[in-house]
Amino acid sequence: MSQKEDPGKLTQRADEFLQVFKKGAEFTQELLRENERLRFQLVQVEEQGRLASCAAQALQEVETLKSQVADLEQEKQEILRRIARVEAENIDFANRYVEIEGENNSLANLYIATYQLHSTLDFRDVLQIISEIIINLIGGEEFALFLLDENTGSLQAMAGEGVVLDRLPAYPLGHGILGTVASSGESFYAATLDCAGPGCDAPLACIPLKIKDRVIGVLAVYKLFLQKRCFADIDYELFTLLAGHAATAIFASKLYSESERKLTTIQGFLDLLTK
Amino acid sequence: MSGYKILVVEDSAIMRQLLVMSLRRVPGVTVLEASDGLEALKVIANETLSLVFSDVNMPGLDGLKLVRMLQADQRTREIPIVMVTTEGAVEDRDRAMALGATEYITKPVQAAKVVDIASRLLGLSTPG
Repeated sequence: MSQKEDPGKLTQRADEFLQVFKKGAEFTQELLRENERLRFQLVQVEEQGRLASCAAQALQEVETLKSQVADLEQEKQEILRRIARVEAENIDFANRYVEIEGENNSLANLYIATYQLHSTLDFRDVLQIISEIIINLIGGEEFALFLLDENTGSLQAMAGEGVVLDRLPAYPLGHGILGTVASSGESFYAATLDCAGPGCDAPLACIPLKIKDRVIGVLAVYKLFLQKRCFADIDYELFTLLAGHAATAIFASKLYSESERKLTTIQGFLDLLTK
Repeated sequence: MSGYKILVVEDSAIMRQLLVMSLRRVPGVTVLEASDGLEALKVIANETLSLVFSDVNMPGLDGLKLVRMLQADQRTREIPIVMVTTEGAVEDRDRAMALGATEYITKPVQAAKVVDIASRLLGLSTPG
């Protein structure tokens, strides 16, 4: 290399170097910008990828939730069906409770009526108990109890309430409602409860008092209490009970009274003989 | 020990038995009985009662007179009285209520209704 170069050439070369250096610097700047852009794009792509992954995950979760909702809906329907079943059972239980309560009431009435009917052997007490059953358990305001007189073949009033016994006629067997009931042994119930009273020979209910098939009397109910609008099921059961048990109670008390009387007579006779 | 004493005043043995049987279903009660108003007064003199069920028509001292006497006595005026009667007319009910009866029920009675009324007046829940 020569020591002494032309300064003009040196300046030119220095300028050229500077130009090259500038271009290099610009190129480097350009590369840096490109690098920046690419990094930004990379971040964007990464973000899009992350979002796409999240979306896929979200969709999967939505599907899972939909499946859970369907399961819960099914469970809800099952629970609703169970609730409906339990409610139906509750209604059924409530109805059965009312039914059992009614049965309980009927059984209590029947038990008390039977218990009281057979609690005495006194004829008058038995008639009184029959009256009390009709008043307190059935709600009869006017009624009469007729017993069959075997000698005359007619029904004679023996007890009653709300009626004048002496004014009640004797009913021959087979005549009128009472006579027919006594001869047939079948109970009679009026079609309506708009009745009448004892004068018109139209009882609301007429029950034969029977020991097996043998009629010993008739019970005639003419009027019910104001608050009693119609016969209830228990009333028919009580009538059925009276038909049998009142008859046996009356019959037993009459037999007992007669045997007591005979015993007193015999005792008196024996006393007379032994004195 | 039973907490409540209920007195049943009724001359009819059948009705008395029905009321006693029904009231024994109320938990925690002792049921006492009297066959008329006079016998009831004797029981009332010796017992602290929570409730009285009384018939209206009775020999001796009737139900309405009994109500009047219980109302006149400071010791017994707070005892609720349930009239049980065959008299279903409104005026009969009004008369009894005006004298101080708490409830008025007509015969024939339903056991469940008796239990219901007693439970309510004693502040108990109805059994069953």
